[in-house]
Amino acid sequence: MAGIGAMEIEEPRSPRFTFEVQPIFEPLRRTGAGFYWAAAALLAVVAFGVYAYVRQYVYGLGVTGMNRPMYWGVYMANFVFFIGISHAGTLISAILRVSGAEWRRPVTRCAEVITVFALIFGALSVILDLGRPDRLLNVLRHGRLQSPILWDVCCISTYLTGSLIYLYLPLIPDMAILRDRKEGRVWLYRFLAIGYRGTAGQKKRLEFWIAVMAILIIPIAVSVHTVVSYIFATTLQPGWHSTIFGPYFVVGAIFSGLAALMIAMAIIRRGFRLEGVLKDIHFNNLGLILLVMTCLMIYFTFNIYLVEITGNEPLIMASVLAKVNGPYAVPFWGMIVGGMIVPAIILAFPKGRTVTGCVIASVLILVAMWVERFLIVVPTLIHPRLPWTAGSYAPTWVEWAITAGCLAAFALLYLLFTKVFPIVSIWEVQEGIDEAIPKVRERFKHYMPD
Amino acid sequence: MTERSANFEKPSRRGVLGAILGALSSPIVLSRRLFAAAARRKIKWGMVIDLDKCTGCRGCAAACRAENNIATAGPERAEEGRGIYWMDLLTVEEGEYPNLRSQFIPTPCNHCENAPCVKVCPVGATYINEEGIVAQIWARCIGCRYCTTACPYTRRYFNWQAPSWPEEDRQRLNPDVATRPKGVVEKCTFCHHRIRAARESARAEGRLLSDADVRKLPACAQSCPAEAIVFGDLNDPESEVSRLAASPRAFRLQEELGTHPKVVYLREAKWRE
Repeated sequence: MAGIGAMEIEEPRSPRFTFEVQPIFEPLRRTGAGFYWAAAALLAVVAFGVYAYVRQYVYGLGVTGMNRPMYWGVYMANFVFFIGISHAGTLISAILRVSGAEWRRPVTRCAEVITVFALIFGALSVILDLGRPDRLLNVLRHGRLQSPILWDVCCISTYLTGSLIYLYLPLIPDMAILRDRKEGRVWLYRFLAIGYRGTAGQKKRLEFWIAVMAILIIPIAVSVHTVVSYIFATTLQPGWHSTIFGPYFVVGAIFSGLAALMIAMAIIRRGFRLEGVLKDIHFNNLGLILLVMTCLMIYFTFNIYLVEITGNEPLIMASVLAKVNGPYAVPFWGMIVGGMIVPAIILAFPKGRTVTGCVIASVLILVAMWVERFLIVVPTLIHPRLPWTAGSYAPTWVEWAITAGCLAAFALLYLLFTKVFPIVSIWEVQEGIDEAIPKVRERFKHYMPD
Repeated sequence: MTERSANFEKPSRRGVLGAILGALSSPIVLSRRLFAAAARRKIKWGMVIDLDKCTGCRGCAAACRAENNIATAGPERAEEGRGIYWMDLLTVEEGEYPNLRSQFIPTPCNHCENAPCVKVCPVGATYINEEGIVAQIWARCIGCRYCTTACPYTRRYFNWQAPSWPEEDRQRLNPDVATRPKGVVEKCTFCHHRIRAARESARAEGRLLSDADVRKLPACAQSCPAEAIVFGDLNDPESEVSRLAASPRAFRLQEELGTHPKVVYLREAKWRE
């Protein structure tokens, strides 16, 4: 392929690397026993989840712990959780790209992949929750735009399409690199590279469309989690019917998404020996953003509960008390202390923003954010407006198995991606080394008095 | 004479055509008159439940169950909250000992005019029909349970499992009401199949549906021995329901939500939810 490239009239830039690029190619070339063990374990969990779902499909949703009035449960929490995780990627990557944060370069792809897979499982969680999944296409045949579920269908499918394009565009030059170096699955890389040779014209067009997508994806991402919140906020249910829900969900999404990103990065760094590429500084910087999001989360949570408690409306207080001082007190306070205050303390200090510190904080946050989603759905439904129909809810093994299956399938797809595609954007890192330093120096000059 | 008899024996082609057209058009003319009368005043079905009359016998709930082929969940499932009761009879305790009072409340769907369930359905499986009934198309429902969650009265029910009945009940299912499969939402219909049947027979007699025809039309109203449940057209100022709904004892559940329920309750004592 390199021969054809050399025959081009427009001078193609042959890729040369001024950094240690071999570790990035390594996972594509060699597959160790660790990969097979991990894949087998994940596959086993997925298979168990599939078994649980088949049971649910055959016997109906009665195999779950849901009932009247607990019409929604773990699946709905999973839906909000996965859609939240999806904000890690594309949104973070887009914001960093638009704001010209040069340190983003080795991080973006790890993040963008999370978005695509998390969105798939977010949408899947709703389908798993349907009583009649066989009638899913009724949403298109008989769709009514006044239902917030339709808004979700529109926003999530737009976001998924946008994120796929946004993942693919920066992948093209890397595909060309792999094709030219005849790495592994050349036929696939040749197909995906769609004839990219790195000519000046191609590069200009590519960068233009990446920039366009980076800007477009931001409002789309914000809209997605806002309309997810609308599913709850547009109803009259006490505790849901709140104007803060849109921004609260968006902040929570970025918060949990960043945590997921850092965990993924830490695993990739350790598993593929990429310490030289995903460096401590990246964890430090992402840790700082996560700290900001933690503070915002604390602020929003404080706001919601202060206003609800001082309002002292009996219906709303029923769901608040269930969390603050009732059956859900342990998860609630665990979420506040373990998922917000402790991570804030860890991330506030430079010594806490090491890889280990960031991973500990991220794991705490991720668990807490799932609990937070659960606590949005459940205590409100347990205390419906008509007080005589109060209920209780205990998820069954089917719900846990399907949840575990979704998480495992998500991890498995991510793992498979890293075996087929470079998980670090090679050309962007090289471009950063080549062009970013003079660019930043130039930019810095403008900041200072002449 | 011969001419006339010949005419009689051999009817003209125009005569035959006219007879056929007349025969065809007479029901159209008749029903157009009926439709015109109905169109003059839009029907708005509603129900009045007099709590002061209710004895808590559960006759309404039992009759509803039999009439609408409601599946039985069984005692264990019912305990888990999987039972379906289009018409339920709640017993609410009020006050504290020794000033204790208990109140029976029959609770069908409120058929809200501004129904929160209808707004959220993504597939139009629930809608308000032209006579104000909040209807459910269970052949279209995808089972997302958004309507059940959005209903502030929790009056909608989901089929958590495939429907089942005790054998003797299964053989006596009402052929006028379709049974529902697992995975869909169902609810009170104000016995709309009975309304349709009553209208058919009134039409056959060449008259309009009268208030007396419908007053005890739904199974719950028909079965109530205390005559606490009355059904009728809320838009008809002469109807029994309109008259009762104007009573100073009248109130509706959670009126402050602006859902405008079409089920009106009557009670002498001040109502506290």
